[in-house]
Amino acid sequence: MSDRFGDAPFEGSLLEVTDVKTHFQTDRGIVRAVDGVSFALERGKTIGIVGESGSGKTVLARSVMSLLPKRGLVREGSIKLEGEELIDLSPKQMRDYWGAQMSMIFQDPMTSLNPVMKIGKQITESIRQHLDVTKDYANELAESMLTSVRIPEPARRLNEYPHQLSGGMRQRVCIAVALACGPKILFADEPTTALDVTVQAQVLDLMRGQQRERFMAMVLITHDLGIVAGRTDEIAVMYAGRIVEKAPTHVLFRDMKMPYTKALLSSIPKIDDASGTRLATIPGRPPDLVNPPPGCKFAPRCAYVQDRCIEEEPPLKDAGNGHQYRCWFPVGTPEGTEALERNLKAGVDAALLLEGEAI
Amino acid sequence: MAGTGDAHLRPPDATLLRVEDLVVEFPVSGGQKVHAVSGISLDIVEGETLALVGESGCGKSTTGRAIVQLPRPNGGSVRLDGTELTSLKGEALRRMRPRMQMIFQDPISSLNPRRKVRDIVAEGLEIWSIGDKASRAKKIEEVLDAVGIDPANAGRRPHEFSGGQCQRISIARAVATEPKLIICDEPVSALDVSVQAQIINLLADMKQQYGLTLVFIAHDLAVVKNVSDRILVMYLGKACEIGAPDDIYGRPSHPYTAALLAAIPLPDPEIQPDSDKVLGGELPSPLSPPSGCRFRTRCPKATQRCADEEPTVREVGTNHYVACHFPLEPGEELDFAKVKTPVS
Amino acid sequence: MPAPPSEPFGRQVESAAETIVGESVDAGFLGEGAEIRASAVSAGNEGKRSRGKPFGLGAKLAMGWMAFVVVMAILAKAGILTWGDAQESVARCARKGPFADEGGASGYLLGCDSNGRNMAARLALGAWTSMLVATGAIALGFLVGGTLGLTAGYFSGKVDTFLTGMFNVLLSVPSVIMALALVAFLQGSPSEAATSGLPAEMILIIAIGVVSVPLVGRITRASALSWAQREFVLAARAQGAKNGRVMAREVLPNVLPAMFSISLLGIAVAIVAEGTLSILGVGVRPPTPSWGNIIALDRGNLFKSPHIVFEASILIFLTVLSLNYLGDVIRARFDVREGAL
Repeated sequence: MSDRFGDAPFEGSLLEVTDVKTHFQTDRGIVRAVDGVSFALERGKTIGIVGESGSGKTVLARSVMSLLPKRGLVREGSIKLEGEELIDLSPKQMRDYWGAQMSMIFQDPMTSLNPVMKIGKQITESIRQHLDVTKDYANELAESMLTSVRIPEPARRLNEYPHQLSGGMRQRVCIAVALACGPKILFADEPTTALDVTVQAQVLDLMRGQQRERFMAMVLITHDLGIVAGRTDEIAVMYAGRIVEKAPTHVLFRDMKMPYTKALLSSIPKIDDASGTRLATIPGRPPDLVNPPPGCKFAPRCAYVQDRCIEEEPPLKDAGNGHQYRCWFPVGTPEGTEALERNLKAGVDAALLLEGEAI
Repeated sequence: MAGTGDAHLRPPDATLLRVEDLVVEFPVSGGQKVHAVSGISLDIVEGETLALVGESGCGKSTTGRAIVQLPRPNGGSVRLDGTELTSLKGEALRRMRPRMQMIFQDPISSLNPRRKVRDIVAEGLEIWSIGDKASRAKKIEEVLDAVGIDPANAGRRPHEFSGGQCQRISIARAVATEPKLIICDEPVSALDVSVQAQIINLLADMKQQYGLTLVFIAHDLAVVKNVSDRILVMYLGKACEIGAPDDIYGRPSHPYTAALLAAIPLPDPEIQPDSDKVLGGELPSPLSPPSGCRFRTRCPKATQRCADEEPTVREVGTNHYVACHFPLEPGEELDFAKVKTPVS
Repeated sequence: MPAPPSEPFGRQVESAAETIVGESVDAGFLGEGAEIRASAVSAGNEGKRSRGKPFGLGAKLAMGWMAFVVVMAILAKAGILTWGDAQESVARCARKGPFADEGGASGYLLGCDSNGRNMAARLALGAWTSMLVATGAIALGFLVGGTLGLTAGYFSGKVDTFLTGMFNVLLSVPSVIMALALVAFLQGSPSEAATSGLPAEMILIIAIGVVSVPLVGRITRASALSWAQREFVLAARAQGAKNGRVMAREVLPNVLPAMFSISLLGIAVAIVAEGTLSILGVGVRPPTPSWGNIIALDRGNLFKSPHIVFEASILIFLTVLSLNYLGDVIRARFDVREGAL
């Protein structure tokens, strides 16, 4: 590992994920949590991975980080960090990458911090293990980390325990721990879902600032398209373990092709709506990952659904500009509009097909 | 800014619920007190939805629970349908329970994992012996059907349902006794956006179908826009701004309301989030809240007057009230970068 | 920042991963399993997956052993067991082990004790006494300790302070001394007129039971305390349920697995406790055999004829081991999964 630090900058993509499949063998059968996902990430860029619970977005991130339970796990494909294949590495070998090359912050800051260890120790421990530095110097470094994540009175905080901090402050500490060894990629798994909106804005701003300062790549995982809109360069929308639409952020919002992306966007309450406006919803729930439907996985919930969607799974099509989508009747195309109108006329709104959230 | 007063209350006989000067304090070790709610007044007309909005720790959930007297408030008055709840003794208060219900944030924690969905929903009916066995079974079927849970699954236990479905079961339990008032304590905060929308719509339907009056507690102004008739913005146990949603969103008067609005992430890549518009700092400790206006430590408009004198609620437009010495003019921009250094 | 390979961070991440691994793969790790599991409903599994799994070999062995002990005890008590008379003394085979070839003890499967009584018959009858005392004592502890613990945990506040204080006081007295004192008190003064007249077994049940009250109570209280803070308890109270109903329907069913689990361990401890009291001379009175007083009677003959103490000890050992094991199995089995988030 250490031989790499002196090398000339790597020419290709920082992270290249190709056709990754992550399956779990369970009592019920094989759960296809991630089923053939590919994406690439450049230095200093942010990719947003968006989807509902059960879409496989979290498993994808943990697959790349190699942070999954071993029992029943089947992982295939290729994960290349600066051209080096990671998928075959043992956890012991991966340890060299965790923290130094790739870090992760989680939804609940309490589970990733040790509740009985002082905050200072949690940061200095990692610094001291790698750098042959004095205790004082490690403390100084830890303090400067806390300052850089804008924690007030960092010197005092070093001697406090996680429970003495508010949720937002804890997440800042997690960011400080994750960044302490200068990783090249930061995976943020729903980093603000547990936080208030005001704190969410603070934490997201902080992450953006740190990312720019360190020229670090970031993978921002969320269920809310609103969060990734202003803060990512590219967005991948996941559904049932696959990427169903991927495009540079501006392209995606300007020209959504996938009915699912559209539906996710319209289910966000908008403050410009007149009060009392009924929210658009996506009926039903994501499919069972053991027995997914044969055709398009989203078909049973889709307002554009046609016979073809139920029978035949659409491939990932390229629309240019790095825009890919997986749909037979894309939004905004003549076929798509026609399909939607046909459904409306026939009254087969997807909602009716499913009778609400029937189980 | 955050202050007391009852200028926004309507005539008592017009309201279903009237809360005046509600105070809730929790003793902590060392003889100190957490000032969770310090003099909140609010009222709800029958059929209305009132949203209580603010950050964690602003006392909104405590207010909701104090209304149903769980636990009882330390001061103030809570009148439901003309009955003063704070002075009711044990059994008399218990008799009021079927009229007011609660829905909680965590759909998992709010359902007993060892009971069947049928029994969970039937609890209120059984306690009050409403109807006979057959009519109860029919009622359960009806409410489960209304919330979109197939009554055929009523024999299952909560862990077999998803978070959104558990929240539907909670709603079914709440409406089963046909209450007048339901306190919804952050009912969608733990859910995915797509499920959030389903639950919000469901609550609107339930309100129609069962003629409910709702208190909707949320930390996100965007969520309550579509469901509420009136919004009360709270900060550290005090009221900031009260008004109809269109006024609150269109012409926010209180700097804190403006900060909450600015924090909503917009699903539009053309609008770059501006960190100068983001509220800085942390909520001050409720053990020793700031003097005067409690929001002054994070407010860019704060002056000496805000530290010396607590603002009271006053009218700034039709049915639009604010507790602030220096309310915002329409179109006024706030620069929170000025007060970025947080107060400890 | 310098960027060396980071081990502790790695470990930290790993430990986060381990918390995931702790749950089973389909049990909702990462929040993704939520839907995996929820969709189990659509697959028609009635949610019995966690309970329907076959028992492991260890659990089967433990259950088999306990069944053997219980059946043997009941048959011995009922006099159906034909392993011989537990009281008949045959002088010629006193202290003879099962493999002794001279002296005639070879007719007895497990040899004889120092009074020449059939060990197999005594151990079988002793199983009855030991199990009766242990189960009875723990049933008492379960009822009293469980009720007090549930009350303390549910009401918290002053009730809790009082009851927990009481548990702590009881726990601070060494349990053997406490049991001795109770036995002495219950037996009454040695003079004929003042004896309580209670059978020795009953005295032991009460003494050991009282000692177990604070143990069961503490465990129940801790569990009840955490369940009582859940929102479904608040929801039940908001429905107008009275405290008794909330305790019985909402809290108790969730606390019971912990209570059962600790009670099985408690039975194991009580078997040992009965033995200890026998050695101290206040156990079940001879000639009625119990595993404890079999050891107590012949502990002086440990070197000359080790089989007596040995056989009783092995029975106690296997029974205690099985009960401990079953306690764990029960806890794991009744650990209902909660919710899907």
